[in-house]
Amino acid sequence: MPQVRMVVNGREVAGEVEGRTLLVEFLRERLGLTGTHVGCDTSQCGCCLVLVDGVSVKSCTTLALQCEGANVTTIEGLASDGELHPVQRAFHEHHGLQCGFCTPGMVISAVDLLSRNPDPTEAEVRSWLEGNFCRCTGYHNIVKAVLAAAAELRQQKAA
Amino acid sequence: MVAKGIGAAVPRKEDRRFLTGRGRYTDDIHLPGEVHAVFVRSPHAHARILRIDKGPALAVPGVLAVLTGEDVAADGLGHLVCGWLVKSKDGSPMRMGKHPLLAQGKVRYVGDRVACVVAETLAAARDGAEALVVEYEELPAVTSLAEAEKAPVAVHEEAPDNVVYDWELGDRAAVEEAFAKAHRVVAVDLVNNRLVPNAMEPRAAIGVWDPGTDGYTLYLTSQNPHVHRLVISAFVGIAPEHKLRVVAPDVGGGFGSKIFVYGEECVVLWASRKVGGRPVRWREERSEAFLADAHGRDHLTHAELALDAEGHFLALRVSTRANLGAYMSTFSSCIPTYLYATLLAGQYRTPAIYAEVKALYTNTTPVDAYRGAGRPEASFLVETLVEEAARVLGIDRAEIRRRNFIPKDAFPYQTPVALVYDTGDYATSLERALALADYAGFPARRAEAERRGRLRGIGISCYIEACGIAPSAVVGSLGAGVGLWESAEVRFTHTGKVQVLTGTHTHGQGHETTFSQLVAEALGVPFEDVEVIHGDTAGTPVGMGTYGSRSLAVGGEAILRACRKLIDKGRKIAAHLLEASEADIEFVDGAFRVKGTDRQKTIQEVAFTALVPHRYPPDLEPGFEASAYFDPPNFTFPAGTYVCEVEVDPDTGRVSIEKFVAVDDFGRVINPLVVEGQVHGGLVQGIGQALLEQAVYDPSGQLLTGSFMDYAMPRADDVPAFVVEFAPGTAAAANSMGVKGCGEAGAIGAPAAVINALTDAIGVRVEMPATPEKVWRALHGRRLAQAAE
Repeated sequence: MPQVRMVVNGREVAGEVEGRTLLVEFLRERLGLTGTHVGCDTSQCGCCLVLVDGVSVKSCTTLALQCEGANVTTIEGLASDGELHPVQRAFHEHHGLQCGFCTPGMVISAVDLLSRNPDPTEAEVRSWLEGNFCRCTGYHNIVKAVLAAAAELRQQKAA
Repeated sequence: MVAKGIGAAVPRKEDRRFLTGRGRYTDDIHLPGEVHAVFVRSPHAHARILRIDKGPALAVPGVLAVLTGEDVAADGLGHLVCGWLVKSKDGSPMRMGKHPLLAQGKVRYVGDRVACVVAETLAAARDGAEALVVEYEELPAVTSLAEAEKAPVAVHEEAPDNVVYDWELGDRAAVEEAFAKAHRVVAVDLVNNRLVPNAMEPRAAIGVWDPGTDGYTLYLTSQNPHVHRLVISAFVGIAPEHKLRVVAPDVGGGFGSKIFVYGEECVVLWASRKVGGRPVRWREERSEAFLADAHGRDHLTHAELALDAEGHFLALRVSTRANLGAYMSTFSSCIPTYLYATLLAGQYRTPAIYAEVKALYTNTTPVDAYRGAGRPEASFLVETLVEEAARVLGIDRAEIRRRNFIPKDAFPYQTPVALVYDTGDYATSLERALALADYAGFPARRAEAERRGRLRGIGISCYIEACGIAPSAVVGSLGAGVGLWESAEVRFTHTGKVQVLTGTHTHGQGHETTFSQLVAEALGVPFEDVEVIHGDTAGTPVGMGTYGSRSLAVGGEAILRACRKLIDKGRKIAAHLLEASEADIEFVDGAFRVKGTDRQKTIQEVAFTALVPHRYPPDLEPGFEASAYFDPPNFTFPAGTYVCEVEVDPDTGRVSIEKFVAVDDFGRVINPLVVEGQVHGGLVQGIGQALLEQAVYDPSGQLLTGSFMDYAMPRADDVPAFVVEFAPGTAAAANSMGVKGCGEAGAIGAPAAVINALTDAIGVRVEMPATPEKVWRALHGRRLAQAAE
């Protein structure tokens, strides 16, 4: 079986995988990173989003082998030294999550959005989040949280 | 006063684990030696199983077992049950077919469970499922609710015409009399579209049989682990109740779909014994969820409202057909009856109401409770008729409601459909919602939209629901098989920390936070010192679970009652320590104090004394914990007004929601942040029903909307930001907190608000979901007709 090597949440990992092994399977089953969820089988729901070299991708439709040499960040890797990432903090403060199942994907998606567009409008946030389903929150507080996180990140950058 | 007590918008304590990827859902749990299960499902809507050849599947390397309905029968296991007996008009009991764990002889819907393949790996189990040979003889199928009664097909032999029951409620004679005298009658024919709940976490289960103890453990996605334990033990018969532990860890949303006892979860538990006690795990694919999770709604209704010349409602007559699918799911029988027709009074004084409901089998996925369950169907019907009446009589849609509201001094109010509303103030919610929506300014906005070539409409929905389910004696007299009380236990540790054990289950509702606030307030302890424990039958008191907006109104009250028992005990201990009489001890801000002095013992000191009883009242038991059960004397009745404003693009038929105002009377609100979140979520499910979602079967019984590619779930850019406000609120009478429940309101009230706004915009009512195509056709058809005139 082929070997794959990548950096996941700052740690170098390697393992033998089948050609068909998906990135999400590698993360969940091999590395025990169960924060990345599988919510559908058609690449629609976004529960499985992770950052690959800083860009959000659906790990349910990415082969582990495609990530050879890549830098992968999962939801477990966003907080540093126990300090929540501003997007995570904003989701908490604005009640942007309920059952928590879509949350990792939503947070990862928002991080990607804000790295591309630090000052999005509400409409831009809603449009960007099209690839992520949430059945609990009605999106209202998720959008609020992303806008609040954007403002905080801009402030951090300015300081 | 306690910081983070009742009324504080405290961000949730459960958030951190979910935000950092440390949630622990069923599929995140791994046990040593575990193996994998895959279900083989029927590709046909109706067929006889002629032969199953397990050989090729068992030959696949890694396959350990192939289990079928015959094996289930050979092991003497029972069937799934429907826990509520509904009787027909003639007094006969509902005609229920058998609901086996795995199909026996026949399959009755696409997705029906035929066999379970257990293997060392998921891939091997899938290969085994693929290799299994099942020969079917296809039978004609009936998938349309409209045709179910006349179809030459019986889904179950117990119900030859597919009618499960033909039920009625209300005074038929009084209604006929009122209709005979009516000035005007308005009528509507309504489709309440079939929905797929689609909690984001698919169902999953891990079954474990321990050969050492002969005990069983089932981890699963459940809203009510004790209900699962009861049914699996008492009816399915896999294990006696005391040898079965059911664990529902973090659960990723339910909306009703995880109340029910399904076959898959039972089979993996039983299968563990078949493979010598190795844990058997299963997680459904989303496409399985579409086929196999109970669907919601699916009614066809004809309804008529009789009015006098001033627009007063005289009587309401309703005839509904409800689709139950191919089998009767756990609570399916009570949804289109006792949770539906009992709400047909809405917020109004309609003096006479009669409803008849025919429930029918079809060769489709079973239908059961989905967020709101019966109450959205009732509210949609009433609020559609009310706006229709306003249009026909030329009365303003807000005014006709004002004229018919049950006035706030008329409570408690006995409706003609069994319920007694305890409190309410409907006019206040309506007026506030109209103000927030700038109802008066609507004509100008409509004119402005018209200049841009857009059609703008406004719609109102004044919903009511019965929550806090439920008074046991009442539901028992109506056919329920269980009591619907709730339980709690509150324990102090030596170090003054508090454990709260509840029989309810949180899967997004934020109980860990809300219940902590409740206990912090009641016992005067820090919010952070309270831990809420739920979801494991081995560690929590028996409870009936979470649905019907009951957890706070029923479960919260049980917690409070346990707290009060602790305070009573604490008073005795403090009196002993302070050498005072018990009558002189008051409990204030977390301390027992001798009245009029500063001599006191904190509740933590008292708890410590009770656990280290070196200086202790001689006749008192040690320990500082209490348990309580609460059986509510009545339902609670959350109510409110939603106002929706839409704009339609006549060229595309696309409907966009420009503004949505929600004013709800939930009684007392414990955590406004959490409650607003519940409203937002409900609203989007309601908007989804109105504009986007529908499960569609083709005539052969194939589910055409079998994935997120075909079933339109609301996305972030399909919905607006909401204006949500709580009405000043009337306190519920059924519990000491005055809370009413908030989880279902949005899904109940939103569909009528959206559709009424759309009807106002385009002048014709479009059935849900009002997709661009339907709206465009409605507009186009009308214009063509006008041109022809």
